[in-house]
Order: sequence, then C-alpha cells, then structure tokens
Amino acid sequence: MIIQAGPVSLDEINPTINMIVFAAFVAVTLFIVFRVSRRKATENEFYAAGRSFSGRQNGIAIAGDYLSAASFLGICGAIAVAGYDGFLYSIGFLVAWLVALLLVAELLRNTGRFTMADVLSFRLKQRPVRMAAALATLTVCFFYLVAQMAGAGGLVALLMGFTEPIAKTITVAVVGVLMIVYVIFGGMKGTTWVQIIKAVLLIAGAGILTLMVLFIVRFDFNELLQRAIDASPDGEAILAPGLKYTNPIDFLSLGLALVLGTAGLPHVLMRFYTVPSAKEARRSVVWAIWLIGIFYLFTLVLGFGAGALVGPETIREAAGGENAAAPLLALALGGPVLMAIISAIAFATILAVVAGLAITAATSFAHDIYASIIKRGDVAPGAEVRVARYTVVVIGIIAIIGGIVAQGQNVAFLVALAFAVAASANLPTILYSLFWRRFNTGGALWSMYGGLISCVLLIVLSPAVSGRETSMFPDASFAIFPLSNPGIVSIPLAFLLGIIGTLVTKPSDDHEVKQAEMEVRSFTGAGAEKATEH
Amino acid sequence: MPESDPVAERSLQMQRSPEFQRLRRTFMGFIVPLTVLFLGWYLAYVLIAGFAPSFFATRIGGSNINVGLLFGLAQFVSTFVITMAYSRWANRTYDPLTEPLAHEMEQAAQSGGAR
Repeated sequence: MIIQAGPVSLDEINPTINMIVFAAFVAVTLFIVFRVSRRKATENEFYAAGRSFSGRQNGIAIAGDYLSAASFLGICGAIAVAGYDGFLYSIGFLVAWLVALLLVAELLRNTGRFTMADVLSFRLKQRPVRMAAALATLTVCFFYLVAQMAGAGGLVALLMGFTEPIAKTITVAVVGVLMIVYVIFGGMKGTTWVQIIKAVLLIAGAGILTLMVLFIVRFDFNELLQRAIDASPDGEAILAPGLKYTNPIDFLSLGLALVLGTAGLPHVLMRFYTVPSAKEARRSVVWAIWLIGIFYLFTLVLGFGAGALVGPETIREAAGGENAAAPLLALALGGPVLMAIISAIAFATILAVVAGLAITAATSFAHDIYASIIKRGDVAPGAEVRVARYTVVVIGIIAIIGGIVAQGQNVAFLVALAFAVAASANLPTILYSLFWRRFNTGGALWSMYGGLISCVLLIVLSPAVSGRETSMFPDASFAIFPLSNPGIVSIPLAFLLGIIGTLVTKPSDDHEVKQAEMEVRSFTGAGAEKATEH
Repeated sequence: MPESDPVAERSLQMQRSPEFQRLRRTFMGFIVPLTVLFLGWYLAYVLIAGFAPSFFATRIGGSNINVGLLFGLAQFVSTFVITMAYSRWANRTYDPLTEPLAHEMEQAAQSGGAR
C-alpha cells in the first residue's frame, strides 16, 4: 500500500458522503440509547446509571467525555498552526488526571451520591453550599458547552461547504436537539454508551490517521518535523514554545488552569458515581489516563502531520479555521471518504461531550437546586427526574444560543476557560473538605463564590471577550485584564479565600461529628453508595 | 440526632483509633510527596517553556528533535509511571488496610439499625 498525500483542494469535500456517515452514527447511537433507556428511571438510574458500569467501561466513557472537540480539533489545529504551543495543551490536560486519580476520585466516590454538592454538603451546611456548588457546576457546563457548540458550527461549515451564517446556526441547533434527545431518553446509561462508542471510534480513527502520517514519513518523526518546518511560514519556530504565547505569565496561567481544572470538572466528577465502588473508580481513572495519554500522543503526530501535509496557510483560510486541521489532514491522506469518516467522528465527539455536560448540568439543577433547596428534600417520587428532563431542554436552548455567539473561536481556548472556572470555583473546596478537618461552611462559600466570581469577571475583562480582532466582541473594548486565562489570579485567590473564610466564621455545632463521619467514610469506603440490583 | 446516631459515634471513635490514624498516615505519606513531585515537575516544565523557550529550542544532535519535545514526552512518561505506581500501591498496600476498618464500620451501622 502506498499512501500518497496529494495537495489539498477544498473542492474535493463531498457533503453527501459526510452527511451519510454522520447520519449512520446518529442512527446507531439513538438505537442504543432507546434500547437501554427506561421510561420510569429512578434518580439512581437516571443520574448514575444504577452505578452498574465496570471500571473499564467507565474509564473508556471518561475518555469519551474528556476527549472533546477541544482535544481533537482544537489541539490538532493548534499544533498544526502554532507547533509546540499546541502540544502544551495536551500535556496540561493529561497531567491533570493525576490530581483526579491521587486526590479526588476515590474519596469522592465514597462520600457522594450524584453531584459534587453531595460531597460538600456531607459535612457542611447543606442549602448554601449546594447553591454555590450548583451555580459553579452550571457555569462550568455553560462555558464547556459553548466551546463544543462553537466547534460543531465550525466543523460543519467546513464539511458541508457552508459559508452562510444561517447554516452554522442550523448545525448548532441540530447538535443541541440531538443532545436533548440522548439525555432525556437515555439518562446516564444512554449517555455513557454514547461516550463509550464515541471514545472507541475517536481513538481508533486518530490511531489510523497517525499510522498513515507515520507511513508517509517512513516512521521517521524527524522527517515529519522537517516537513512541518518546510511548510510553515514560521519555519523552525514551530518546534519551540512562543508562537502562540508570547507572554510567559499568560502561559503559566493557562498551565495552572489546565492542571487543576480536570479534578474540578463536574461532568468528570459525576462519572465516578457510575461505578459500584471506589476500587472501580480507581480502575476507571487508570484506564482513562492510558487512553487519554495515548490519544494525545496521536494528536502530536496529527498536528505536525496537518502542518506538513496540509500547511498552516490552507488551514487558516479554510472555513472553520484552526479547528479544520484534522479533517483536512484526513482529506489529504485518504480523500473525501476518509474525511467524511473523521469528520463524523469529530461530530460524534462533540455530541457525546455535550450530552455528558447536559446530564451533569441537569442533575445539578434537579438534585441540588430543585430537590434540596426549593423542595427541601420533600419531593414526590419521579418528580426529580422529571425536572431533570425539563432542565435538559432549557440547557439545550441556552447552549445553542451560546454556541452561535462564540463561532470561530479556537475550541481548546474556550475549554481552557471552563477549566479555569472549575479550578477556581470547585477544586479548592473539594480538596479542603476532603483533607482539612477545620474547613467549614464559611470557608466553602468564600472560596466557591470568590473563585467563581473573580474567574468569570476576569474572563469578561480579558482580551478573550473584547478589544482584539480575535475577541468574541471585537468592536467593544473593556479588556482591562491583560491575560487571556484568569487562572493565575483566581485559583490562588479561591484557595486563600477558603482559608480566610474558615478562620473568620464559626463552625457549626456538629462540625466535629460530621467531619469524623465524612473522613472515616472517605478513607475506608464504609457506607458508600452501592450499585443498585437489577 | 448526632448523639443517638451510632454511625456518628462510631465514626468519632474510629477517627481517633490508632488503626485509622495509621491508615490516614499511610495514605498521606504516599500521596502528598507524590503530588508535590508531579506538580513541581509539571510547573518546572511550564515555567521553562514560558521563560526559557530558547532552552527548549536546543536541538539534540543534528536532528529536529529538541529539548522541549523530550521534556514534553517525559511528562507523558512520568504520568504513566505515577499512575501505575499509585494503582499498584493502592491495590497492594492501601486496600488491605481499609477492608477491616470498613467492615467494622458497616457492622456498627447494622447493629445500630438501618440508617
């Protein structure tokens, strides 16, 4: 077999094939979702799939949840255009899993039921803490959803050759509607299966493309880099950091947000509840780390491959911009059919991730805000799941609107903002409540609200939103915060506020008992939620 | 509530027991140094990439492979190694320590009636 990468012509793109492959994926996943769905699902089934998935299945689903459009389209595009700086994303995204594995996954599995707020309200004052945690969860899900939706719009613009804005709008709407259908009917079980199928397709697809790229350069990575250098207007500069990030503080800020964000991402945390025990949660993270790590090694080859075989200039000019690098690479390697397959996989990726985000946001609203705060725990059977299903529709609509506004932004960059919110608003409180005996409700509220508000405010005041050509609102100018990622300010601030809030407020009367109960349960697993029998 | 709750009472006793203290010490003794290590190593990587990009641009021999690429790949290797080391430690050392304690707690919960 000889793989010969010809020059890429955007005319070769065949919308019909693209449409057929994508429709096939949707049909198969919808079939599975309806097969596994239960009309009268309990909370345990709808939110946590009855805790019935094995560690390996959940590990693959975590990879499916985590390897979003940002990881595939965003990182490939960033490496293709900016070289080494794109690689930095994947390293942060991967190393971050050690925080989740070592400090969070098992202890969290032992102490919670469905949401992050469950863990916090174990020993803190329930209603205020749930409210704060739910707001943080909804905010992170919002940023993450918008990022994925923006990716979907860009992708389809490329695939279908659409340039009119209305076509992108329709695509974003279709993704939103499919997401709503998956989650409403499939619950956590259906969503998990979508993620498992997608993870297998994505990793296999990326693996095949990687082999094809390596085949062209006769498995000589040095040769691949040489070709990427030759094709890039920046030449050798693509091999070193600094093309994308000229400000080292900005870069440090991004690095912090990436490494500390994962263990605070609500849709990742929620996945730990779908397995029967802490031991299975551990096994699932180990599986996830291997799959995610290997995938990021693929993207390194794919990114430089796209740079070498497609060329940064063609990528920049294509509809969809940087996010189009991976599909264009597929076009160069295997023509329109391969491109259709890879694009359908990228689409599947987006669908699976938005479904995971939607179920997380819906669970948080129905379980934390509706059932625990509004109804004070007094909910008729079935009502909570019904509310969760309605919420999915609302979230879908909000995500569609957000996705339309954020068109054209690099997806990896937008996701990095979601990571910054997760690292600022969620992680400090999770760690403190697990490991710091004195930590109390005051500390949690100070840290969560302080982290959330400072982070969102700094994003709004950053060049990401206004003042630059690449901003969301390029015509406005209120960017008084110079960094494009707020992590370096908001994360330490949230940790600090947690300490100050704890020291200046009084602990509740049952502080000691509740703390002991939580600590014993988190370390030993005694009393943790069990799998439901079927 | 807390006074009559057998699990709460047992938890307080358990938390003070030498067995549990040992469990917690074992956990912290393994996790904390490892966390400091990998976070420090990652931070060093980010700082070098940010402040000394020319060091990362140093080529190895005459090839296009440079120091930055090797450092980046080393982050992958260290992540895989730490993952497997933790998994092995948790399965062999940590789990056997938790099982008797978990068993004891569940018995206390049962003898005190359903919760």
